[in-house]
Amino acid sequence: MNRWSERMIEAAIRFSGFVSIAFVVMIFLFLLTEGHALFRVTGLTDFLLGRNWHPISTPPQFGILPLLLGSLAVTAGASMMAVPLGIGTAVFIAEVAPKRLAGILKVGVELIAAIPSVVIGFVGMVLVAPVVREFFSLPVGLTAFTGSLMLALMSMPTMVSIAEDAIHAVPRQYKEAALAMGATRWQAIYRVILPAARPGILAAVMLGIGRVVGETMAVMMCTGGAVAIPSTLLQPVRTMTATIAAEMGETVRGSPHYNALFAIGIVLFLITLIINVTADLVIHRGRRDSP
Amino acid sequence: MSARHAQTIAFALLALSTLLVVLPALFMVFFLVRNGLPALSAEFLLGEPKDGMRAGGIFPAIVGSFCLVVGAITVSVPIGVLTAIYLSEYSSDSAFTRLVRLAILNLAGVPSVVYGLFGMGLFVYFLGFGQSIMAGALTLSIMNLPVIITATREALQSVPPSFREVSLALGATRWQTVRYAVLPNAIPGILTGVILEVSRAAGETAPILFTVAAFYLPGLPQSVFDPVMALPYHLYSISTQVPNISAGMRYGTALTLVGLVLSVNVVAIFLRAHLRRKRRW
Repeated sequence: MNRWSERMIEAAIRFSGFVSIAFVVMIFLFLLTEGHALFRVTGLTDFLLGRNWHPISTPPQFGILPLLLGSLAVTAGASMMAVPLGIGTAVFIAEVAPKRLAGILKVGVELIAAIPSVVIGFVGMVLVAPVVREFFSLPVGLTAFTGSLMLALMSMPTMVSIAEDAIHAVPRQYKEAALAMGATRWQAIYRVILPAARPGILAAVMLGIGRVVGETMAVMMCTGGAVAIPSTLLQPVRTMTATIAAEMGETVRGSPHYNALFAIGIVLFLITLIINVTADLVIHRGRRDSP
Repeated sequence: MSARHAQTIAFALLALSTLLVVLPALFMVFFLVRNGLPALSAEFLLGEPKDGMRAGGIFPAIVGSFCLVVGAITVSVPIGVLTAIYLSEYSSDSAFTRLVRLAILNLAGVPSVVYGLFGMGLFVYFLGFGQSIMAGALTLSIMNLPVIITATREALQSVPPSFREVSLALGATRWQTVRYAVLPNAIPGILTGVILEVSRAAGETAPILFTVAAFYLPGLPQSVFDPVMALPYHLYSISTQVPNISAGMRYGTALTLVGLVLSVNVVAIFLRAHLRRKRRW
């Protein structure tokens, strides 16, 4: 291969480093260009804290508080189930299960992660929602709780595999030292391994929650879609993601409604950005502290 | 309570939480197979939808998903592999590299529906592709860049440094080293990443909602600027927007989608296991 083509390839390689950065910046810029026009119609406070989302009434109202709270309700519900179960499963796979079983479970978790969200939403609709309705004797089964159940299932694989990595990365000597001092395996896990793996586990939880906040299809199909500020988890809600997905098809490009959906996109982008950057910082701080 | 008892109880709880993670998923798959299998037939898989999608088959949706997957891979694999080569072989641990890593992390975290918005803004309107395979595949390819980059990077880093040292010591340039000493040994790992992208691109709905997906479009696409039906969007539409449809149509579509995605993943897992066993170093 001659010098010239080699230089071309090296230039392409160096350039490709910029591509990912460029895409992140471009995503944000596009959301901003299409979304900022909303703020000529609605103030930022009215947008974030307005209690009414009536995008097609006259005059339209673009308050996303019910949508924010809808996302919050579903996320909180899912986290309450997924965090303890996810960490428990990660500990079981990393420290308790025999090697062969651990291998099978890891593959299983990977396969759960691969199930498309629209399929999870479908099962939530046809299988879980009727059960929720019967069990709590509700008028409808499509509630924030139903969505939380499905999202817990979806976010657990993320949590399990990242937390499992973190537990695995704890130096073996820690555990061996604890066992040599006469600790039981559980004492070694609880008192030594888990504290050492804490930053990684925390990051796993955050990334799992990030996934829940951004999840769209399952949530749209399972939570009923009522735009109302929820007072319990057993009410239908509408999340930010579901609102974008459900309403974008009906908007006219450049209308305030269209702009408002992009503005919701900006909010979502910023929330997940903050979650991801914080999770990264947590992992890195953890690495610096540990010897 | 003695330490032994505490351990027994704790381990039982951990095993229970694992069961609570795995069993619902197993049950879900079982449920789809039991209800969906009777609906699968040659006519269903290879026929066109009829009667407002209440009868007939899902062939156009399968073809549409196939086009999207091929398009997404064609774009993201070269870019992703080059980025991974840059990160693993060319960059030092600088602030810029840290920024690239952070960008990739964020690309992985951006919600899928936000990719949909971005793809609509950039490809459908700004670049004027309209709702088309082109716009959808490009959106999916950006969304899946992190998958390819991460897999390739891991594969490159698992090649021992001595391979590079030997090549450089023999007078090869940096690119020759990457090309002839490192990449050939990383191909299997890269392939695993590509397969995972296939499954993800085939299963995503939100990014294609506003960029490609046609509600009902019998017949097959003629060019990359045509809209297509796609399996995940088809499942969404017939589950929520088509009343009085037979349950079999829905379960059959869901099972086809899950079956395709999971079998692609199983292939990736076997490939990875096989290659780990065969590794020569």
